[in-house]
Amino acid sequence: MSDVTTTPVLRVRDLSVRFATGDGPVYAVNDVSFELGRGQTLGIVGESGSGKSQTMLAMMGLLARNGTATGQVLHHGRNLLGLPQTELNAVRGDRIAMIFQDPMTSLNPYLTVERQMTEVLELHRALSRREARVRAIQALDAVRIPDAKRRIAFYPHEFSGGMRQRVMIAMALLCEPELLIADEPTTALDATVQAQIVQLLRELQREHGTAIVMITHDLGVVAGLCDDVLVMYGGRVMEHASAEDVFHRPSHPYTRGLLAALPRLDAAAGALRSIPGNPPNMNELPPGCPFSARCGFVQDRCVTTMPPLQPLAPGAPALRACHRAVADLDALEAGHA
Amino acid sequence: MHEPPPLLSVRDLKVHFKVRDRKAWPWTPAATLKAVDGVSFDLRAGETLGIVGESGCGKSTLARACLNLIPASGGEVVWQGRTLRPDDHAAWLAARRDIQIIFQDPLASLDPRMTVARIIGEPLRIHRPELGDDAVNAKVQAVMAEVGLTPQQINRYPHEFSGGQCQRIGIARALVLEPKVIICDEPVSALDVSIRAQIVNLLQELQRRKGLALIFIAHDLAVVKHISDRVLVLYLGQAMEVARGDALYARPGHPYTEALLSAIPIPDPRIERGKVLQLLSGDMPSPMAPPSGCVFRTRCPKAVARCAQEKPALRALDGQTSAACLLAAERAG
Repeated sequence: MSDVTTTPVLRVRDLSVRFATGDGPVYAVNDVSFELGRGQTLGIVGESGSGKSQTMLAMMGLLARNGTATGQVLHHGRNLLGLPQTELNAVRGDRIAMIFQDPMTSLNPYLTVERQMTEVLELHRALSRREARVRAIQALDAVRIPDAKRRIAFYPHEFSGGMRQRVMIAMALLCEPELLIADEPTTALDATVQAQIVQLLRELQREHGTAIVMITHDLGVVAGLCDDVLVMYGGRVMEHASAEDVFHRPSHPYTRGLLAALPRLDAAAGALRSIPGNPPNMNELPPGCPFSARCGFVQDRCVTTMPPLQPLAPGAPALRACHRAVADLDALEAGHA
Repeated sequence: MHEPPPLLSVRDLKVHFKVRDRKAWPWTPAATLKAVDGVSFDLRAGETLGIVGESGCGKSTLARACLNLIPASGGEVVWQGRTLRPDDHAAWLAARRDIQIIFQDPLASLDPRMTVARIIGEPLRIHRPELGDDAVNAKVQAVMAEVGLTPQQINRYPHEFSGGQCQRIGIARALVLEPKVIICDEPVSALDVSIRAQIVNLLQELQRRKGLALIFIAHDLAVVKHISDRVLVLYLGQAMEVARGDALYARPGHPYTEALLSAIPIPDPRIERGKVLQLLSGDMPSPMAPPSGCVFRTRCPKAVARCAQEKPALRALDGQTSAACLLAAERAG
């Protein structure tokens, strides 16, 4: 977990997101807290409806109009929630940058890459167009787009999917942000291209000390990139621990279920252990643990009361939200096998 | 070892599309896009053949061409020893009773205005018109139970189901004719991890119970390796390697397979961080202008000058692996 000697770049406290809908309020994110130091990577893992993307949008003030965020998103001690648009715009794209899943819909199809990139520098750095162009070409070189000088004049559709994602990353890194928030940046890409992009993020982080929040459903990507992992389900944090702990000593039934459900290249074929049931319907969550409907270790109190997110052991950095003790889970799992 | 004759045989199958550039002069000849270019494989009863490759490699086109949903430009499809000619519609219709397909997008492949009963019953009404309403209904209910849906759901519409349940409906529709082969075109790619395992387990269980043969197409090599007896690796419309699943992972025969394997992250930080990545440079070339010789040579870390001149054929390296690579063939002797 985060090193006490470094001041965190970002500290999120009890972030909750509520949407007002025709069917009543939907609690998409509940009490998410984490902090992130310089050069650290946090993975936010979850399936559809887990609230992982809404967490990020709330942090950046990009929620849909019927959404309200509460809690605190502290960037060097300043709360970004409730900040006026103009002040928020000064931070977004400058100190904190974002990349999205689908570069084609996040880039403006009517503008050349040059225009979109120079715009960022003119706005945040007050550079002239010519200076901005030089910097933009350097940025494209840094993400290893071949022939950047010529390609900067291209429109987004003239790039392949992997190249487009590189353009997005180059654009996000133009102002050398302290924090990069990446929402499923490799999901739309092929495995070989995904490996290139993950490698690129790793290098950029090493060279510039950028902190990264990586939102993904791909546990493999998390394993390769992240220091800490936040596992979300039904809008709540199920487990928050180091990558080493999450993958080798998962303490929550949901995390265990996810890992067992994943076919692995390096494992012999056997039946996958699937998680029964369907993804949560955010309109009809039980008052207790959102995973209780699918959990193999469910008890009565799981359905009625949400277990608090607590340290695994007194003073331990790893947090989990489960009524059952880890020893109980181990014993029950051994009994099933 | 005595090998039973293959159920389905695909020989040198080609699917070429004519593509006209809108900016070209009307008299310039149309360019050819070789989506599938000379792929052969056999599928035996009860076996699972995995087909893996990145987007644009021609895996879905290959699946559709096996059913003549897209007409092939060359080669042949042999079903139970009989060659299916492209214009022999009666023979194709009969074959399709035994070869069914399920698609990637579970919701988009179901008609939103049809109830589950009609969706699953439709193949019966087409292929078994002699059945009455009661018989169709009984079969639909039986098959719904087999894929884990309840009879109470029979009059619902697709939008009332989650993605995983929609895929179960798709599987039920494929299963209702009691086929011998099901072609699964990216059946789990659109599903969440926890639901993916449910569907993979369901397919394997159905296969065991009914002796089904499966063609399992996906871009996720881990899933393909998990479910398949043999795996065909496709790149730019051509087969790079065919191997037993475990052999493919332990001893990849083709440099492309090696690169693909190394690119797939393993959910284990200790392994993933220590891994030496064998990154491919660049993107897949356009299938409109594939490279000469070996199509993979432009991204191949091992390519030599000869690879540009000579097109390697798929050659057996040992009992379990065949690869289309000049260098691999030389090493094997």
